[in-house]
Amino acid sequence: MAQRTLIDGIREAMAEEMERDPRVFVLGEDVGRKGGVFLATEGLQERFGPDRVLDTPLAEAGIVGIAIGASLNGLIPVAEIQFADFIHPAFDQIVSEATRMRYRSYGAYSCPITIRVPYGGGVHGGLYHSQSIEAFYAHVPGLKVVAPSTPADAKGLLTSAIRDPDPVMFLEHKKTYRLIKGEIPPGEHLVEFGQAAERRSGRHATCIAWGLMVHHCLEAAESLAAEGLEIQVLDLRSLRPLPEAQILEAVASTSRALIVYEDNLTGGFGAEIAALIAEKAFADLDAPVTRVAAPDLPAMPFNPAQEAAFLPSPERIAAALRTLVAY
Amino acid sequence: MSAPPKEPKGTGPAGSLDRHSKLGLSSERLLWMYRQMLLARSVDRRMWLLNRQGKAPFVVSGRGHEAAQVGAAAAMRPGVDWLVPYYRDLAFCLALGVTAADFMLSVFARASDPSSGGRQMPSHFSNVEARIVSTSSVVGPKQLHACGIAYAAQLRGLDEVAVSCIGEGGTSEGDWHEAMNFASIHRLPFICLVQDNDYAISVPRRLQMAVADVAHRAKGYGMPGVSVDGGDVLEVYTAMRRAMERARSGQGPTLIAARVARFTSHSSDDDQRRYRPAEELEAMLALDPLERFGEYLTRQGLLTPEQDSTLKDDCHEEVEEATRRAEVAPSPEPSDIHRHLFQEG
Repeated sequence: MAQRTLIDGIREAMAEEMERDPRVFVLGEDVGRKGGVFLATEGLQERFGPDRVLDTPLAEAGIVGIAIGASLNGLIPVAEIQFADFIHPAFDQIVSEATRMRYRSYGAYSCPITIRVPYGGGVHGGLYHSQSIEAFYAHVPGLKVVAPSTPADAKGLLTSAIRDPDPVMFLEHKKTYRLIKGEIPPGEHLVEFGQAAERRSGRHATCIAWGLMVHHCLEAAESLAAEGLEIQVLDLRSLRPLPEAQILEAVASTSRALIVYEDNLTGGFGAEIAALIAEKAFADLDAPVTRVAAPDLPAMPFNPAQEAAFLPSPERIAAALRTLVAY
Repeated sequence: MSAPPKEPKGTGPAGSLDRHSKLGLSSERLLWMYRQMLLARSVDRRMWLLNRQGKAPFVVSGRGHEAAQVGAAAAMRPGVDWLVPYYRDLAFCLALGVTAADFMLSVFARASDPSSGGRQMPSHFSNVEARIVSTSSVVGPKQLHACGIAYAAQLRGLDEVAVSCIGEGGTSEGDWHEAMNFASIHRLPFICLVQDNDYAISVPRRLQMAVADVAHRAKGYGMPGVSVDGGDVLEVYTAMRRAMERARSGQGPTLIAARVARFTSHSSDDDQRRYRPAEELEAMLALDPLERFGEYLTRQGLLTPEQDSTLKDDCHEEVEEATRRAEVAPSPEPSDIHRHLFQEG
């Protein structure tokens, strides 16, 4: 099969779901004529018309709020937030409204919306086009949060998100859009939420990551193979629901866990995974649960050397793994 | 709506102008509207009593807003048009089909409370059959939900109008601005009814906005802004009916600013005597929208003092019965808190 990009998987999921179900519609800034700033929605407006591929005003609370309302009246909205860095004005709509609609109405109303959020750094995006925001949202009950790292998963997870009866945040790492290539299953392809994928097997330590960091972990594991270390890499894919059993099973098999995320270290989602392992797999551990993450600084600078210093690199991950295995 | 019967002007017994016939409102409809206002007032009084008795930890009231709400509701099609309410919309929701019994279950936070199963504070209305949308306590964000509902109606080719309510203070929220802007761009079947009662808790209108009337804000969005006396049920009905016709004929949204009086403090946790002058409160309470409508009906020969007191007794009894039943209705089990986070089954 042909090698295709991760963003192809995203575009294909939306196009196929819009074709299949007339209730599905896309809204966001520049998603129409331009096809999105990353071209994720390229060609969709020509195919499905300006009402179903709607260019919204520059207002993120509005994008999510309109999506919520539209979902209450029979539509299935796929809202694009142009950059994760811009999602903060929509925090209230997501946290206080979308995720609580079903709960506060005792199941009478629901909010089947998908919020697509391009996140992450390493793209010379500076302080305001590089942020990771998953910790804010993975904290919130009532919201599912997923993050693909392969083109096939991008299609499968997004299709599942669009068909999900509840709000889903779909995190797309911008650097993976065209960097990561792979096969995309043609036709209907669904990836179930809450299921991690083992990307590399190994017996000396387990690396747990999502999004771009999966690939940095794979690079680190490859380089350590030459040193005789066999590193398992677990791609979470789904932060909420968290693939808890698979995490614990993986840690039990290697007795060493390294969690890698590109958000700030303190209070990042990896801290939750560390707590889970400490609470439920303590007896399996031969070394302290360890994290590699970004420093506790606002975001990554525009300067390339400083950007690289911020982002967890394969070298930093490899160094942490050596320490972990030697413990 | 059928054409009103041709009648000479000013045929009321006291020579007062008949304002309802030309609106096509029958005497039965007028008396229904009046009864809805009385019922809302009766429920409202009862919930405050329950609060003072220590049986209801929190109440928030719409007393003084009844004419605006019933006038607006009377122009809507219950179960077809949507209401995204705010916490003062007791009379509005009763007029669209919520019952006093439903509401009292929410005051006591009972398991059978149809709005939320006892989860939300009272006056956080929700009713699927009546198309009343569940809302948070915050008034700004829900304005966008009404626009989304209207956008879906338009996209799906449905003849439905979405109405949202908010106070004048809420119009300071950014989400309200985003909603008005979006609604106007797409000429949505959307109506925003602002119930302007002069105060956002304690902050007067002059500290919320530099314009004298909320309706003036509509111009900036390219939509009509209509200012009405919210104590006059027929004036609100007239404006609302016109806005509904606009919305249903594809002409777009309308902002209606209804000047109303907040008879009670913001909520049971507030005391407005601390920040409102005594003379102001006294003057406000002297102009009760229920009395105004009752007087109109009396002048039109549609309501006798006997009928009036029968209606009031009926409402009182309905509310007493609702209260008695709600008080003994079962509470939800504590373990029930885990239900309905996501779709079940």
